[in-house]
Amino acid sequence: MTTAEDFSVAERMPARASRLSAALRFARKNMLGAAGALVVVIMILMAIFAPVVTSYDPTANDFGVMLEAPSNEYILGTDQYGRDLFSRIVYGARTALLVGFLSAFIGATVGLVLGVASAYFGGTFDLIFQRFMDVLMAFPLIILALAVVSIGDALPIGDTFKVILAITIPFIPRCARIVRSSALAIREIPYIDAARACGFGHARIILRHMVPNVMAPYLIIFTASVGQAILIEASLSYLGLGVQEPTPAWGLMLRGGAEEYAESAPWVAIFPGLAITLAVFGFNLFGDSVRDALDPKLRQL
Amino acid sequence: MAKYVIKRLLLMIPTLFGAAILVFLLMRAIPGDICYLRMAGGGASVDLDVVRQCRVDLGLDRPLWVQFWDFISGFLVGDFGKSMWTGQPIFHEVALRFELSLQIAIMATAVSILIAIPLGTISAVKQDTWVDYAVRTFSIAGIAVPSFWLGILIILGILITSKAWFGQSWMPPITYRPIWVDPWYNLSMLIWPALATGYRYSAVATRMTRSAVLEVLREDYVRTARAKGVFETLVIRRHALRNALLPVITVIGIEFAFLMGGLVVTEQVFNLNGIGKLFVESVENHDYNMTQSLVMLVVAIFALMNFLVDIFYAWLDPRIRYVR
Repeated sequence: MTTAEDFSVAERMPARASRLSAALRFARKNMLGAAGALVVVIMILMAIFAPVVTSYDPTANDFGVMLEAPSNEYILGTDQYGRDLFSRIVYGARTALLVGFLSAFIGATVGLVLGVASAYFGGTFDLIFQRFMDVLMAFPLIILALAVVSIGDALPIGDTFKVILAITIPFIPRCARIVRSSALAIREIPYIDAARACGFGHARIILRHMVPNVMAPYLIIFTASVGQAILIEASLSYLGLGVQEPTPAWGLMLRGGAEEYAESAPWVAIFPGLAITLAVFGFNLFGDSVRDALDPKLRQL
Repeated sequence: MAKYVIKRLLLMIPTLFGAAILVFLLMRAIPGDICYLRMAGGGASVDLDVVRQCRVDLGLDRPLWVQFWDFISGFLVGDFGKSMWTGQPIFHEVALRFELSLQIAIMATAVSILIAIPLGTISAVKQDTWVDYAVRTFSIAGIAVPSFWLGILIILGILITSKAWFGQSWMPPITYRPIWVDPWYNLSMLIWPALATGYRYSAVATRMTRSAVLEVLREDYVRTARAKGVFETLVIRRHALRNALLPVITVIGIEFAFLMGGLVVTEQVFNLNGIGKLFVESVENHDYNMTQSLVMLVVAIFALMNFLVDIFYAWLDPRIRYVR
């Protein structure tokens, strides 16, 4: 009675072990990618265990300790409101990861479906769709994001989700275009004709037969976009258009105080920027090695 | 060739028209309008009659399609209208700021070429040595460093070094003077934003140079050149680099197009009054005319740069003219 279960477990065990050793082999061969993955993992752990790692509330003002230099008590010093910089950076990782992953995921996924559909239907639909994507590509990214954030003011969604929406929309055409070019080649492969001959509907052919075959470019774009999304979120927050105070966000930490006190309290300007750089660096390195592993031809991405 | 140029030129029209529709609708989808904003700024109570009169004055009470036709037809004859916020002609408002932003964009592109081509070439020639790894890390870092943070660091660096060397803090000037009026003053102001932006934009070009040179170095004519005893430096300069430059030029051209729309953050850090800042202000003020004009300007530059890159390619490689 239990044989079937036992069998499946026994079968899965070696697979998992070999997957681990494959990952280790990959890491040894690909030092930069492994370094990137390490940064990503540390960042995720930091975000999850933020209350454990830090000993101060990231949003609590303490005017007794404004602009304190890094010390044993405040590892990275404090800002102009006496908030612990280390706590704010650790909690800021939550904002960065949430915005980074969600906007990259939604942008890449919507782009995937639209790109595949455009390649599959072809003809006038494809032509019009391509022109529309051209327009979105030519449109200045920050301005598009700014307009979306302003429109989002009327919608009943939080600041963070407004930012996610604003970053997602410019991502869609970039993903759709790359996926479309891969999907165009797949459309010519006979199994699509076969599926059509079987009488399957368009939705089924797109989702079951085409989408799984463009997973490589999709994953590449997804991983490459996370870092970019974190960077755009930081830029928007720096401009005051993104996440709002007192939510801890790296870009926001560089707004105002950082420039004003740059000379007397350089730590306020240095550490949040370092956090952004490291995070984006890690995600980019990781994304690069994913690309090299899945499809080295897309190197120009 | 002429046929290709015309075809490619015609393709720009739907892009421009689409951008016009998009910006027109986007701006009007933002809740609130300029009249309400202006009144609310003045006092607590808003006189609705004044708001209505203001809307009539600015033509905002007309049907959308009339407003759109007004915008498009004005553009076709080169009349950009007046800023709704200041009442000044837009052409006049944009001209000086555009000059400043264009200069930064050109200087940043120059910086990125000066970084990308030598570093990319060295990295390819010394493939898989520590030099290659150092260059690649430097260029990947360029994409990761936010340009506003680099800007803050540059300002901090200037403050500290000027204090250490001259005893007092020096800051780059803030008011803009054209380069032909006071070149030294102009450069001491704009070199810093150009460095901060140029480094960032050099990253992609460096990687492109590297892979292009690597590819060319494997070609037969490079082997032939080496076999007949041409000096290695000459082989790289004349045979390899020259042939590798084509994709690099493309990348730089396309980046320049993106640069015009991407200066918003840099201008904020260095407190420059360029079109990036004007852009943000106009969206926040609901100044429809101004935002529309700026978007059309940036999109037109983008479309034109892409057009030029394509033409340049087709001119060099005749096969492209027939494929598309």
